[in-house]
Amino acid sequence: MESSEEDGGVPLSRMAEWRDVTPLRQDDGPNPVVPITYKEEFRETMDYFRAIYKADERSPRALRLTRRAIHLNPGNYTVWHFRRLVLEALNTDLDEELDFIQRIANSNSKNYQLWHHRRWVIERLGSNARSKELHLIKSILSLDAKNYHAWSHRQWVLQALGGWEDELDYCRQLLEQDIFNNSAWNQRYFVVTRSPFLGGLPAMRASEVRYSVEAIVVNPNNECPWRYLRGLYKDDIESLVNDREILSICLKVINTKSDYIFALKMLLDLLCYGFQPSQELRDAVVALWTSDTRPLDADLATAICDILEHVDSLRASYWIWRKNKLRIAA
Amino acid sequence: MESLTSPTVTQRDQLLVEQQVFSLFKTFYNMPPSSQSFMLELQRENHVEYLTNGLKQLGPSFCVLDANRPWICYWILHSIALMDEFVDPELEDNTIDFLSRCEDPNGGYGGGPGQMPHLATTYAAVNSLVTLGGDKALSSVNREKLYSFMQQMKDASGGFRMHDGGEIDVRACYTAISVASLLNILDDKLVQNVGNYILSCQTYEGGISGEPGSEAHGGYTFCGLATMILINEVDRLDLSSLIDWVVFRQGVEGGFQGRTNKLVDGCYSFWQGGIFALIKRLNSTKGERSIPLGDGEDSDPESPRTTASSDATEEGLNKDLSQDDSHSQKDHHDTSSRVNVADIGHNSSKGHAKVNPLFNSLALQQYILLCSQDLNGGLRDKPGKSRDHYHTCYCLSGLSVCQRSWLEDEDAPPLPHAVLGPYSNLLEPIHPLYNVVLDRYQEAHEFYTSS
Repeated sequence: MESSEEDGGVPLSRMAEWRDVTPLRQDDGPNPVVPITYKEEFRETMDYFRAIYKADERSPRALRLTRRAIHLNPGNYTVWHFRRLVLEALNTDLDEELDFIQRIANSNSKNYQLWHHRRWVIERLGSNARSKELHLIKSILSLDAKNYHAWSHRQWVLQALGGWEDELDYCRQLLEQDIFNNSAWNQRYFVVTRSPFLGGLPAMRASEVRYSVEAIVVNPNNECPWRYLRGLYKDDIESLVNDREILSICLKVINTKSDYIFALKMLLDLLCYGFQPSQELRDAVVALWTSDTRPLDADLATAICDILEHVDSLRASYWIWRKNKLRIAA
Repeated sequence: MESLTSPTVTQRDQLLVEQQVFSLFKTFYNMPPSSQSFMLELQRENHVEYLTNGLKQLGPSFCVLDANRPWICYWILHSIALMDEFVDPELEDNTIDFLSRCEDPNGGYGGGPGQMPHLATTYAAVNSLVTLGGDKALSSVNREKLYSFMQQMKDASGGFRMHDGGEIDVRACYTAISVASLLNILDDKLVQNVGNYILSCQTYEGGISGEPGSEAHGGYTFCGLATMILINEVDRLDLSSLIDWVVFRQGVEGGFQGRTNKLVDGCYSFWQGGIFALIKRLNSTKGERSIPLGDGEDSDPESPRTTASSDATEEGLNKDLSQDDSHSQKDHHDTSSRVNVADIGHNSSKGHAKVNPLFNSLALQQYILLCSQDLNGGLRDKPGKSRDHYHTCYCLSGLSVCQRSWLEDEDAPPLPHAVLGPYSNLLEPIHPLYNVVLDRYQEAHEFYTSS
């Protein structure tokens, strides 16, 4: 049974338990570069770790030692790896291991090793661990709703152990809190395309289009729903071009004459895919052009590129490039 | 169409950064020209001092990077090389010695002496040695053992594990393939299925994620794209949607964000900015221009409308223009192997043709120089954050990419107006696939293809 505290910082050299072990110094050489001024506790802990690691001692005290080392440097993947070997050898209760990882996570939620170790533990615990795990990831995401590792881990849990039923609703909740959270949009896409309960992308498409359009109405300058919309039609350009709802929202936004960059961009993409614009749409675009010096190009796609070059001037080079591509495609 | 609800976390965080950055820009624009010139100067001496000090000694807080020491070497050495500065020969020797102590007898480099070999620290160690250059450094790598380490890290999915029992992701693929390519040990066995794995990581947004299903991310997009180029499978990616995603990662601050609706960060100057260098390079090594880069008419850095000031001053310092421009190598196809990867890293274009960068190079330079520089030395994520060696490396790497973004040939001398600030801000060109200084790459390439 591991102690919950890390021996209160007592030097290992003073512990009877470690008397038989000769600590192993780091082979930094006589003139190391990027040498770190290790604190005494760190240096000593790692010296003992090196000795145990070399001897491949997979004992309870080795396990305690890895805990100590991990607290001092959670980025040491060698220590985490060795800890896994010891856990296996000792057949330790892995539920406690989850608590240990959780404590480390409190101050290191963006550490690769920690999340990888968690995956390893959950793999061994199996589907019993599922709901507790999904719950835990939720609490981490409540502190940082975009934690990349947490999201990857969540996706892994869903795929390995299931729990899809509530996931779409979870995405909805997160997006209610922050409609700009791209991680939540990405997760939504993940669920919609992969959940065994939802019937796949084609079945979900209509409702997802509606959902995205609603989001656009509130914040037309939010890039997420626009990319999401495009993603819904990933392998089906023909349907994209024929979707009346998408067309309608583009027109609606353009007519407000404000926050219309993404709407114009979507329209440009549709035109490149063969969409035939109506007169109403043409008129709406022309209404955006305020220059007296020259008229808008007769070709709508070209005209849109010209407008974007001016209103999204940070990306002027890109819009010029898109315009040139039109010429070459023609 | 304003939202009537209170700002979300995303909006609030973004607003705070914008306020800080714009206040900085406003102060800058209100300064007299002489002060402006100073603010746009790359603080070379201070950066070099900060970096060299780090190479010699690091404080106790660095124990959290105790498993990343080859990375610290690379971030420091590469930054110094970008500024065309020198490291004491003694320090160079010490680095070679130190890295050899990080090398595992069975191949690969760990984060420190006695640590398990790891693909990322292997990448950092090899890039450090290539940056140092010279026979001693280059010959110190045990390529045979390294190859067998990589083989062991290879996973059935096509990806690579970072270390024994470690995580698989796009980063692992890049570090493995990049090193193998550089050391000339890349073969069909290592390459097999890598393309399938990376392809499965291109998301609906157009960027590439770390693992299949995860969010499109700048770091992984760079890694994925570079890897696909190195294994000659880049055409399998949807390049137009990738480009479309990455151009929108540049924000009003001028810098790049890592993901949609996240905050700007100086390190993405390279991870995202470097993608444009890769795309540009891709187009110049192909016979025809499948992704035409514009007709060259507007290839004057002054003509694209930018938000940056046009204070780029033309100082008398002209770089030596008699640089060797003959980098063209015939693309000889070795018909005995499925993939001719030997020359992919090496092919470059002829001549001094000009192109239009697809991103706003001057705006990014302005962000790097005004927002990322710590005037006491080192560079950082954003104002308010502390400097560190990682950000110093990637901000400078991004700056180098920016300065040469109007040139088709990495090695040609940039136009004065391509360089924001004094021309002395000019950094050495990099090889965008590996992110090592170009002439160090040339030396390493010659060394590893002849031995």
